Amino acid sequence: MNTLLVLPILIPLATAVACLLAWRSRTIQRIIGVSGAVGLLTTALILLTTVWREGVIASQLGNWPAPFGITLAADLLSAIMTVLGSLMGFSVIIYSLGSIDRRREAYGYYPFFHLLLMGVNGVFLTGDLFNLYVWFEVMLMSSFVLLALGGEKPQLEGAIKYVTLNLISSAFFLTALGILYGMAGTLNMADLAVLAKEAKYPGVATTLSMLFLVAFGIKSALFPLFFWLPASYHTPPVPVSAIFAGLLTKVGVYTLLRVFTLLFIQNPGYTHTLILALAGLTMVTGVLGAMSHNEFRRILSFHIISQVGYMVMGLGLFTPLAVAGSIFYIIHHIIVKTNLFLVSGVAHRLQGSFELDKLGGLSHKAPALTVVFVISAFSLAGIPPLSGFWAKYVLVLNSLQIESYLIAATALLVSLLTLFSMAKIWAGAFWGEAPSDNEPGRIEPSPPDLLTKVALYAPMFLLAGLTLTIGLMTEPFMALAVRAADQLMNPAPYIQAVLESRP
Amino acid sequence: MKSVILTTATRYLMPMLLLLSAFLLFRGHNLPGGGFIGGLVAAGTFILHNFAFGVEETRRLLRINPLVITAVGLLTAMGSGVVGLLAGNPFMTGHWITIPLGKGQGLHIGTPVTFDIGVYLVVIGATLTIILSLAEGE
Repeated sequence: MNTLLVLPILIPLATAVACLLAWRSRTIQRIIGVSGAVGLLTTALILLTTVWREGVIASQLGNWPAPFGITLAADLLSAIMTVLGSLMGFSVIIYSLGSIDRRREAYGYYPFFHLLLMGVNGVFLTGDLFNLYVWFEVMLMSSFVLLALGGEKPQLEGAIKYVTLNLISSAFFLTALGILYGMAGTLNMADLAVLAKEAKYPGVATTLSMLFLVAFGIKSALFPLFFWLPASYHTPPVPVSAIFAGLLTKVGVYTLLRVFTLLFIQNPGYTHTLILALAGLTMVTGVLGAMSHNEFRRILSFHIISQVGYMVMGLGLFTPLAVAGSIFYIIHHIIVKTNLFLVSGVAHRLQGSFELDKLGGLSHKAPALTVVFVISAFSLAGIPPLSGFWAKYVLVLNSLQIESYLIAATALLVSLLTLFSMAKIWAGAFWGEAPSDNEPGRIEPSPPDLLTKVALYAPMFLLAGLTLTIGLMTEPFMALAVRAADQLMNPAPYIQAVLESRP
Repeated sequence: MKSVILTTATRYLMPMLLLLSAFLLFRGHNLPGGGFIGGLVAAGTFILHNFAFGVEETRRLLRINPLVITAVGLLTAMGSGVVGLLAGNPFMTGHWITIPLGKGQGLHIGTPVTFDIGVYLVVIGATLTIILSLAEGE
């Protein structure tokens, strides 16, 4: 148990250190980077099967007993997120082999990529709120570097907005932590969950929960705190945007799920209704933003926002089925969204632009890319039988069951609008007329050689295949999500595992 | 622009500052001090050298790329955590051994100390990487 829980953090760290030691050799860094990602993915899968078989597992770092030391704990949600994070790390690093430029590789792309994965896994596995803050910072530091690496002007502009808003979020988080510690005298999540049940001042707890909502709302790009995301995600190289799009906001959603099922459950009539309202607004604003844009990655960025709305919607409804829907949505979304960003990278490679009106004719030029795009885009929009359909189906079904008609209607409407903007990309980039070659200001595209092609297409096919699998064989994935949601809604085993785990 | 006062003073100050940094590092085991502050003092020493003699001289004095120092430090810190794992305890559990020095005396050394040494190296490496790159950029 002890080793298994630490490895998802140790492997990326060891990989990053090895890459630093091999600073001068690009080839060695690539080999180390890929093998580290493979090792991480394997460990994460083992972790998931272990948690599935044995229930929640916990480890007390430094052998200090639970409320005093730092706890690492994995329930099913943590394990699922770790697997997804590692899977995206693996896919994107393969893709990077074919697309990241030499200069970025020489200035530490691989070490920082793995440090990012370390931070993300740390967030998923920690059982202590202050430690969560620390992992957030690890993740943010590495993401700052990855975002600014290369130092192109638009990149730095995006990075400044991203850094500023995330620092504000961290300040909120830290303030909330200080107040919480002053009130409760502990920051261990399981310990806090015990105290939360007998909270003396539920009003203060609700106030505090709002501080956490703002902090995590900024990270997960909730309405009205999302504006850093579309300002920065289209600026770095494609693999970086892809890993950001797949993981970073979802880390915020994960913490929201964790905190609002474990700690702040005193007044769900207020807090969770507010979350539900924010979810609806997030969906609508995100999709409207996407409709108004004509640049591939900007459209995708706005869609992240609207999709985060769906994920948080399940939390707002706060029934076991709805939370399961949220978790299923996260699984589906991370895979699909990362893949769409990867597609945008190849499209750029082939046509030399991200603007839809300059991308036309891709369906003739790259049929394989078109297939991948169709699967991912229609899954995102929720066309049956792809994974997105089931995710939305569960959420909408549940909101109808508990008679939240407004949010159900919003979800359906937004789904339709998502389809519209995916159709816009389809019509512009894949179906549209190929642009004339002698246009001024056009960057000459570079057709990739065979090896590069493998590196670019293999991860896309892997992820598209997964989307199809989830769509056609929904049962096991749904069972996983339902069981993870049960653990969240009934945290007694989690609390027991953390507080009573003795090495 | 070389200042005689600065270069002369630096020659005398450097050994003392390095000694101070080592003192702070080991004092941190039970008292205020530790790897972080010790590392900052050590990095400060090399930065002083950089002001007195210029970047190239400092790089020559260091011999190794500060990035490598960072990596080695990280490895040391990580390794001292892994010791606990290998002994079947959770990550970061403290373990001590006594190295016999003869006459019934011994050096009591444990993983918290090696962890702190790791931190010390990381701080030196990271600070110098930043400062020396900035100095070269001027």
